[in-house]
Amino acid sequence: MNELIRKSAAELVELLGSKQVSSVEVTKAHLDRITEVNPTIHSYLHVTDEAALSVAADIDRRRAAGESLSPLAGLPIAVKDNLTTTDAPTTAGSKILEGWVPQYDATVVRRLREQGMPILGKTNLDEFAMGSSTEFSAYGPSKNPWDIERIPGGSGGGSSSAVAAFTAPLAIGSDTGGSIRFPAAVTGTVGHKPTYGAVSRYGLIALASSLDQIGPVSRSVLDAALLQDVIAGHDPHDSTSLPESLGSMADAARRASVAGKRIGVIKQLTGAGFQPGVQARFDESLALLAKAGAEIVEVDCPSFEYAIAAYYLILPAEASSNLAKFDSVRFGLRITPEGNPTIERVMAATREAGFGPEVKRRIILGTYALSSGYYDAYYGSAQKVRTLIQRDLAAAFEKADVLVSPTAPTTAFKFGEKLEDPLAMYLNDIATIPANLAGIPGMAIPNGLADEDGLPSGIQLLAPAREDARLYEVAAALEALHEGVWGKRMMDFAPELKVGA
Amino acid sequence: MSELTPDLVRHLASLARIQVTDAEVDRLTEQLAVIVDAVATINKAVEGDVPATSHPIPMANVFREDVVEPSLTQTEALSGAADSDQGRFRVAAILDEE
Repeated sequence: MNELIRKSAAELVELLGSKQVSSVEVTKAHLDRITEVNPTIHSYLHVTDEAALSVAADIDRRRAAGESLSPLAGLPIAVKDNLTTTDAPTTAGSKILEGWVPQYDATVVRRLREQGMPILGKTNLDEFAMGSSTEFSAYGPSKNPWDIERIPGGSGGGSSSAVAAFTAPLAIGSDTGGSIRFPAAVTGTVGHKPTYGAVSRYGLIALASSLDQIGPVSRSVLDAALLQDVIAGHDPHDSTSLPESLGSMADAARRASVAGKRIGVIKQLTGAGFQPGVQARFDESLALLAKAGAEIVEVDCPSFEYAIAAYYLILPAEASSNLAKFDSVRFGLRITPEGNPTIERVMAATREAGFGPEVKRRIILGTYALSSGYYDAYYGSAQKVRTLIQRDLAAAFEKADVLVSPTAPTTAFKFGEKLEDPLAMYLNDIATIPANLAGIPGMAIPNGLADEDGLPSGIQLLAPAREDARLYEVAAALEALHEGVWGKRMMDFAPELKVGA
Repeated sequence: MSELTPDLVRHLASLARIQVTDAEVDRLTEQLAVIVDAVATINKAVEGDVPATSHPIPMANVFREDVVEPSLTQTEALSGAADSDQGRFRVAAILDEE
């Protein structure tokens, strides 16, 4: 194994900037690693090796010529396959978009290119980001590098498994109800869902537009901060994009401080329902934070009880509308039935063949929730619950600067375990969904291994809207406290990956 | 008990333009009934007058300067289409023969 791939993004930036390594060397090391482990882990749906090496060579040439370069120039990255890219297919994990090459780059992709970051490839996801395990990808699941019989989380299991398997130092994710944070928790990595609107959604294939947010996936808090600083900022192409800057996340991560901070433990997201080993590590982290000078308080968010119900009305409703664009006309698959069918029959046959089971379930559920006679009782009530959750959080943030909970109730489960039980699958997101409903930032960082199975557990930190920097500051401090206790980084606990078996 | 029946599921699928087999209708009815029962608890969540939130961070009247910006060419716009003809998307008959 080339030692470059185990370095953090921050370390690689130093090495690149001081010309101790070239971008071609770093990019090649990761592409070699992809060749070695991707057949086993299946993080990438498409590898764009030639384009990545060409960008890397260009950056090396410009650096050698003394040109002033962007902070992350030459650092390779992986991109979730629901962001449009003009030089690679964009499938969103669906058969209906197989082979589609978009005519425009997502704003986030454009920003990565402007930085001079070689894009290694496109990462796997549950179809249209609907799922918690990548088992709903039409192209087969990604595997968890800690145990390849287990899920890497979802929907962004391609991005989480890529950084966990050292096939990329950084990756882009998207989070509608936990699709960045749940995969981070079960793979021992870091994932951040920024404040709604902090990162442009232009070119992100929409799942639920009032919940979706793009964010960084990495192996350390500082690395995530470096990436957020590159992808965030106002974009006139996204009318929900925040006009104001939220400041430097990297500066916040480098401040790394918890002394004097009030940390709120959410009563509804602790104790019963959480795997004992996950809960034990969570309690230990609270003790670590207290010892470092934080004040631990309990906060009450009674409306969280209804968060999953609200989410599984709002998301399917918005998704059923967003996915209406896959109509066999403008892009993607077309299936024409026998005889002389009308366009309606062509559409229905195309969507029958092109969509997988979870997508069909959610479109039909959304159609139901929006139909007249049910609209007020379901969608209308769900929108009111959103208000109640925002009120609960506002009250909680009066008592605490940052709220914490385990990121997920359990460690990584085995493939197939929850596949036939949609409701059980939905419960993985119990702790992550409230942040999307309220639009606030949420970060998941590694929280040690659960005793009963030796698998990673995660801790989630929440802050008020626009206070992403506060999360980076506290999360970086907790990460340092953990590493002080462990004597190493989280990923140093991971077993060596057995490939080719 | 959920009021989801196979006939309602078939109707919803047709509204959503998704062709379904009888076996799929049966499976969907069973699975959706469980989900609908779970989300129906939402009715108990709200008491009194609570305003609806449609957007987490509301913004109004977001406009850009009214200037022409580059957009896709006709060829680019048609490049992903299954079928096109003389610069237009080509589709099957819109109306039934009856």
